[in-house]
Amino acid sequence: MKYSKQFLVEAYTTMTTIRQFEERMIKEFMAGNIPGFVHTYDGQEAVGVGVCMHLSDDDIIGSTHRGHGHCIAKGCDIELMILEIMGKSGGLCKGKGGSMHIADIDKGMLGANAIVGGGPPLCNGAALSIKTLGKPDVAVSFSGDGSSNQGTVMEALNLAGVLDLPHFFVFENNHLAEGTGDSYAVSGEIAERVRAFNIPCDTVDGTDFFAVYEASKKAIKHCRSGKGPYGIEADVIRYDGHFIGDPQAYRGEGEIAYLREHKDCLKIFRKRVIDEGWMKAAELDQLDEKAADAIEKGVQRGMAAPRPSLEELYSDVYCTY
Amino acid sequence: MSDSGVSATHHNHPIKTIREAINEALHQEMERDATVIILGEEVAGGAGCQGSDEAYGGVFGLTKGLGPRFGRGRVIDTPITESAIIGAAAGAANTGLRPVAELMFVDFIGVCFDQIFNQAAKFRYMFGGKARTPMVIRATAGAGMRAAAQHSSMLHPVLTHIPGLKVVMPSNAYDAKGLMIQAIRDDDPVCFIEHKLLYETSCPVPDESYTIPFGEAAFPREGSDMTLVAMGAMVPRAIAVADKLAAEGIYCDVIDPRTTSPLDGEAILESVEVSGRLVCVDEANPRCSVAADIAALVAEHAFSALRAPIKCVTAPHTPVPFAPNLEDAYIPSEERIEQAVRDVLGGR
Repeated sequence: MKYSKQFLVEAYTTMTTIRQFEERMIKEFMAGNIPGFVHTYDGQEAVGVGVCMHLSDDDIIGSTHRGHGHCIAKGCDIELMILEIMGKSGGLCKGKGGSMHIADIDKGMLGANAIVGGGPPLCNGAALSIKTLGKPDVAVSFSGDGSSNQGTVMEALNLAGVLDLPHFFVFENNHLAEGTGDSYAVSGEIAERVRAFNIPCDTVDGTDFFAVYEASKKAIKHCRSGKGPYGIEADVIRYDGHFIGDPQAYRGEGEIAYLREHKDCLKIFRKRVIDEGWMKAAELDQLDEKAADAIEKGVQRGMAAPRPSLEELYSDVYCTY
Repeated sequence: MSDSGVSATHHNHPIKTIREAINEALHQEMERDATVIILGEEVAGGAGCQGSDEAYGGVFGLTKGLGPRFGRGRVIDTPITESAIIGAAAGAANTGLRPVAELMFVDFIGVCFDQIFNQAAKFRYMFGGKARTPMVIRATAGAGMRAAAQHSSMLHPVLTHIPGLKVVMPSNAYDAKGLMIQAIRDDDPVCFIEHKLLYETSCPVPDESYTIPFGEAAFPREGSDMTLVAMGAMVPRAIAVADKLAAEGIYCDVIDPRTTSPLDGEAILESVEVSGRLVCVDEANPRCSVAADIAALVAEHAFSALRAPIKCVTAPHTPVPFAPNLEDAYIPSEERIEQAVRDVLGGR
């Protein structure tokens, strides 16, 4: 398989942006510049980007509490995201949603979702709109190993199968639901659960961008062609705690260091494109710097921005009331 | 009263039941707007079965005829899967459709409450005003059919409590049609509570389409001796009591809020300013109920007008019982309403 330079640049730029964005959010959170609960996506970039590279603004995604990466991959403005995460005026959701509720309907980003398993039923609805209105689009839900245990997700799989909805179910198995391992909490295999609903489901190495990209290509083609839902279970890793500040007492000694050395999707991407002779290390480094500059600019803007005006407390509850 | 100038008091209109009025509203809105869809369990009925292609038309027949008329692409039978039904409706509402989801019995919000209150109700606010969720959740409610605890609740207080939801509870066929059309056209999520004992009650209902705005109470009886607020199936009972007392020269201002969210608090306060007395009738359980909410509203804003303590007539704080004598005792009766009115009139 050969990929265009432009494609590789876009993929790596998005992945490194997500990585550095999350690392910066951790720093800002620890410095007290971000209120509330923040769940970071670093380590899983290959999945969000590998899937969303196939999507346009007309396609819909539903995300999770660990949603920053999906937002960036779907094209949300990172400065407006930072404003939102900092709870500032002008944020993507006017500072009223925060990290766990970032949405950008215009970009087809139906929302992060702080309820584990909350998203897939909603993405069925987006897929139902697509089908009913005769559009060529696809709805994509992101779920984790944690949400694969929620009844809502099982219900969503069943209804998607019953109604042949153009819904691509992406399960990112990072093997940790908060602080509980999937070997304990998931009875059986996630992909087998999906297949049990007569929905095809592939397993993929979620640390390999190219593997995710190709698996998603097949799945999304299936959904767009009216053949109904499709699933993938991506095997990924989680670097950070469930939330920023989680001491991760449940991790093994040297576990995270091992993952950073051997399972880092950015390192794996870099090695592949350099080994293949598609890109040079210096080019990739340059993209890292460019991303860092954009994030720095966003953080500066976020720090300088005011809090939402008090009137915002009362607005946007209803369209009319 | 309505934006098309159609009046409930125009008796030339044909007599229709609430069931027929709601069914007509659904037909007219689906005809008018191709983005309106219906989904739920057996809204057509018979999917995957060998018998009739439209076996049900909704378990109470409210969606009868819609399946054959608009096809299964727009009248969508779902499995018994309430979270997926409400979730699909909410997600579809965010992306261009106007779904009317049937929850069958309101008691079933227990298995899909997250999709109602954490998802649909909160989207607009938590996404900074960018999301629009024009969906209707239809659910039948109320006691009186010997259906016992898990098929007889009145849960409008629970739904009314939630910002982002609108809650509609028609008491007659005329209101049911206009409120349903308004609910479908409304851009916010609307819970449309249908009392199962009222489905066969009837009154003149215009054939043409009309809307009734939310948050505007109706005054089925007017009077200055007593403000008698009643909702849903309690409205006909309140009217019967008012008519009985009128024969004795006691005139009640019967107020049917029609929607508990938004609530026409102004109408209630204005009435109490004149009558100085309030009896509030609600079939729901008493704690944190709409009756208690209205009593608090009046106590807070019209205290000086009150000439006697407020009385609420509600169900007891129990689940709905099965045995017929117990269920009959559970539901506020005309006798209890009348006694409450007389007690409040006998106050200072």
